[in-house]
Amino acid sequence: MEEIWNGILRAVELIVTLNPEVMEITARSLFISFTAATLAAAIDIPLGGLIELREFRGKRALVDLIQTLYGLPTVTVGLLVFLLLSRSGPFGSLELLYTPTGMVIGQMILISPILIGLTISALRGVSPHIRDTAISLGANESQVIRTIIKEARFAVVAAVLIGFGRALSEVGVAMMIGGNIRDYTRVLTTSIALQTSMGNLETSMALGIILIGISMILNLSLSRFQGR
Amino acid sequence: MAFLEIRNLRKSYGRAQILKEINLSVEKGEILGLIGPTGSGKSTLLRLIDLLEEPSRGAIILEGRAVSGRPEKERIAARRRMAMVFQKPVMFKSNVLDNVTFGLMVRGEGQAEEREEKARAALQAVGLSGYESRDANTLSGGEMQRIALARAIVLEPELLLLDEPTANLDPRSASAIDSLLQGLAGGRTAVILATHNMMQCRRLADRVAVLVEGKITALGESEAVLGQEERNGTSGWKVPGSDLPW
Repeated sequence: MEEIWNGILRAVELIVTLNPEVMEITARSLFISFTAATLAAAIDIPLGGLIELREFRGKRALVDLIQTLYGLPTVTVGLLVFLLLSRSGPFGSLELLYTPTGMVIGQMILISPILIGLTISALRGVSPHIRDTAISLGANESQVIRTIIKEARFAVVAAVLIGFGRALSEVGVAMMIGGNIRDYTRVLTTSIALQTSMGNLETSMALGIILIGISMILNLSLSRFQGR
Repeated sequence: MAFLEIRNLRKSYGRAQILKEINLSVEKGEILGLIGPTGSGKSTLLRLIDLLEEPSRGAIILEGRAVSGRPEKERIAARRRMAMVFQKPVMFKSNVLDNVTFGLMVRGEGQAEEREEKARAALQAVGLSGYESRDANTLSGGEMQRIALARAIVLEPELLLLDEPTANLDPRSASAIDSLLQGLAGGRTAVILATHNMMQCRRLADRVAVLVEGKITALGESEAVLGQEERNGTSGWKVPGSDLPW
């Protein structure tokens, strides 16, 4: 119990004194996950719109598959991206393994099913009369998709926040693709795992508190959006 | 050659045949009243003309050219010559001005200032000047109906499709809308007005088509079709060729 208490005190000290290493790891985590969430949103939101608004054979099976992939194990994604980016893999020549860019790609793949699936759910909540009205007023397909996404903007933003939270808190992709290299690819989750295995519980707890703090801010933002 | 021609149009949903062999034509400057009981297929016919749905058979022909069953690009081009006011209009989550300028924006017409100017004129025409910055979704049903009409007329369409445009309006507002529609008569716009209201139909329409159970049972000059049949508004009135009163 004393160890935990000391850990909390040390955590507070590291945070209050803005410990450079802790701040750097935090900033890197936020940057990588924010980039992954933003890029994934730019691709997945219009893709979700297309899937929802177009009728095609196998649509239901595709949506079911996307929803099944919500809980995609992060280590599985890590392994897949590792195989793709490793020297002998199809994208090995790009030398993205053990780089922040590789981590961004991995996190994008990890959160894409969530973003696409939640976008589809969000758009289903928009009245079909909105779609008819937009089409009737002369909107083309991309204008209709933009209009409907705009109508469902709070739910879509919530989907992006959920995706960002998942990217920030995952450890499998970050560890397998980033390699936990100090000052380069080390992020909050991989650092917590490392510090714990090394017995540095205070640092580990400080990083954990920061991670929980960010998650809380995200959840508060989410509640605010969903309440609107 | 009529501006709009509907030829042998049929629409079915599964086994239910909603429209049966509809043949109609409308000229520019003409107001065609489409009258019939609930469920007779008026709204479906307007949706087909607006190319929101494909007919099961038959064709929608605009200035001699079939526009139904064509690729989406051609359908969009044809749709941009029309505007429709739905029976229960919905508003985009934005202010009134954004709602009224929406059609102009997606059609790529004019600069923002020009669009806003046109929208203000349209709002004035429907008696809603000063509503520009109000949240469109907080308005009453009647106000939304008028916004929907402003959203349509601002486009200066060649074909205006109106599905019960005054159903939710108080008599004064309805009268203002009627005057607005009368102003369109003889101009460049062809109007198809679907309504239950025979008085309105008689007052506005040059010709009337009576639609009963998906079939046109009477078509001709308003007076000829409605004149002898109308008694005390819509109450007790019988559709020519049908036993259905409404």
